[in-house]
Amino acid sequence: MEFPTALMLNAIIAGLLLGGLYAAMSVGISISFGMLDVVNIAHPAFIILGSYIAYIVNDRMGFDPIAVSVVLSPLFFMVGMMLYRIYYLCFEKRGQESLRGLAFFFGILFITEVALVLIFGVDYRMVQTAYSETTLRLGVVDFPMRLVVPFLVSVTMVVGVQMFLTHTFFGRAVLAVAQDQLALRLMGVNPFRVKALAFALSIATAGVAGAFLIVIQPVQPAIGREYIGLVFAVCVLGGMGSIWGTLLGAFVLGLAESFTSTFFGPSWAPAVSFGLLLAALAFRPSGLLGR
Amino acid sequence: MNRLTTWLSTGLLALSLALVAPVHAQQPLKIGFGMSLTGPLAGNGKAALISMQIWAEDVNAKGGILGRKVELVYYDDQTNPSTVPSIYAKLLDVDKVDLLVSGYGTNVIAPAMPIVMQRNMAFMALFGLNVNSKFNYDRYFQIMPAGPEPAIGWTQGFFDTAMGLTPKPQTIALVGADAEYPALALEGARAQVKRTGLKVVYDKTYPPNTVDFSPIVRAIQATNPDLVFVASYPPDSAGMVRAANEVGLKTRMFGGGLVGTQFAALKTQLGPLLNGLVNYEAYAPDVAGKFPFLEQFLAKYQGRAVKEGVDPLGFYLPPYAYAMMQVLEQAIKATGGLDQAKLADYMHTYEFDTYVGKVRFAKNGEWAIPRMLTVQYHGISANDLEQWMKPGHVTVLAPSNYVTGAVKVPYQDNKK
Repeated sequence: MEFPTALMLNAIIAGLLLGGLYAAMSVGISISFGMLDVVNIAHPAFIILGSYIAYIVNDRMGFDPIAVSVVLSPLFFMVGMMLYRIYYLCFEKRGQESLRGLAFFFGILFITEVALVLIFGVDYRMVQTAYSETTLRLGVVDFPMRLVVPFLVSVTMVVGVQMFLTHTFFGRAVLAVAQDQLALRLMGVNPFRVKALAFALSIATAGVAGAFLIVIQPVQPAIGREYIGLVFAVCVLGGMGSIWGTLLGAFVLGLAESFTSTFFGPSWAPAVSFGLLLAALAFRPSGLLGR
Repeated sequence: MNRLTTWLSTGLLALSLALVAPVHAQQPLKIGFGMSLTGPLAGNGKAALISMQIWAEDVNAKGGILGRKVELVYYDDQTNPSTVPSIYAKLLDVDKVDLLVSGYGTNVIAPAMPIVMQRNMAFMALFGLNVNSKFNYDRYFQIMPAGPEPAIGWTQGFFDTAMGLTPKPQTIALVGADAEYPALALEGARAQVKRTGLKVVYDKTYPPNTVDFSPIVRAIQATNPDLVFVASYPPDSAGMVRAANEVGLKTRMFGGGLVGTQFAALKTQLGPLLNGLVNYEAYAPDVAGKFPFLEQFLAKYQGRAVKEGVDPLGFYLPPYAYAMMQVLEQAIKATGGLDQAKLADYMHTYEFDTYVGKVRFAKNGEWAIPRMLTVQYHGISANDLEQWMKPGHVTVLAPSNYVTGAVKVPYQDNKK
């Protein structure tokens, strides 16, 4: 099989750019599921909610959707705080987080979807940006701006989350609560507050990821369900609770998808991606960068 | 006593008959179906539903059919084929509908067929591609104007236009989603390839949830095809068109079977990116003269569609959804009842006058003569909706009696 240089370079770039989107969509799961053990199946629904909010502001006021999502991320943060509070009081506090908590998030997923259908209708939505239809060409390699801009912001966001977790008091408290809640409590820190902040952060990242998604492709209310498997796969592949692992896992899956689509046929892409996941877990059950 | 009992019994019988008869006559004529009101094809499904509701209102305003008001009984199939059998079982066994029609699209029509056939129902289908080729059901009818061999008819315009080019194209790339409609459309394309002697240099499918189509388009470009035929659903149609523009796809003709560019949402969102694409349409303002009754329907539909947040143009599915119900209405009135066999026989035999023109069915229930338009988009410079309501952005390439101009090749020259 031949691998022409131009095709190979473009496949690498396309894979990395796609990985940037996957990282943004998955970093929240890495926090909520990887660190807090909260199986937030509704995470993709918040991504789609973020897409629609970005769409509505872009459509009515013409603002850039990614800028809007960053500005409005505190709103998602507050929603995340409120949601975790309800989850904690109703399920986690009573030890019923496993099955009933999962059902709770399934309910949130469907309620969010139906609410979007009722408010926005069922048609596909896309946004117009100044860079959507611009492609930068460097030699034989193409850099479509509608993928590059989300990639750059996504990597910045993921690095920012990692810096927050490792270089701030609350960030280290989040890492601590993931390791040993009881020890944290003995040190005088309220685990509930830390977990609420962490969960809120995960929802905030979902809102921003939604803006990336609608810049890249059309969105309709039910499309979130297609990404449930992907976001958890990236989290598990990278290593539970490892933000760098999430970034690496997203790049691995993006590159696998891009290479397979280019050289072997796109219908093989999911099989190769998830085959890689299985192979990685067989050799490193804790994930690529998991402990 | 015996005489008293007899009189009482007769009186009671007469009273109960008098009560029952008008109740029965007032019972609505129920038409049941599943429809995509959520999920990937919900935009089209809702638009079709609005059309069918307008039809029901029009019919009821004139007193209904056979003295009975029409009532539509429908459920959301979520664009999910697995929900369809249970929906149709419920419609027949619980709701006790009098007639059945299909939801929108191949994916949800095919799973309804077994129960429809089991119950010997006449079945009007809405835009399913070649569904009956596998079932050979003699009470199946299809309102999509693809012709008696739908997979061939669907792709005929694209290939006839391509083979009319000088020099003749030699190679073709085929690509489509891993789903029912694209699979059938690609089958038709392969049959066309065999007929025309083209060489296939790329023939692959992609998963429906693919995000980035540029690797696929680059792989296609690497084979340097003269033609690129795509069979896709709305989100992938948008992805393919965008990727073709980003990669700078160079080919003589690009398009074929992209679902989605017929609707306002993608027309306005893609705008100038559509220039040069050769695809199918059910209607275009450029040939409005050939559809003299359509303006009446569009006037009713467009106002409602804007309020309900669905396709405000209504050029694709809505007129045919209305026409489907018109066919049923005329068949019921002509046969004087709801006998499924008589309805099917009538629909096989006669021609129908509808908002989309005259409709006649072939033996397999498909249209006797294909009439799907093959068009090329051009001269689109903005993303507004109003430009699509007037002629000037679509060249109709086929069928021959609808042609308004010639195709402009190669594809990339349409971007200048």
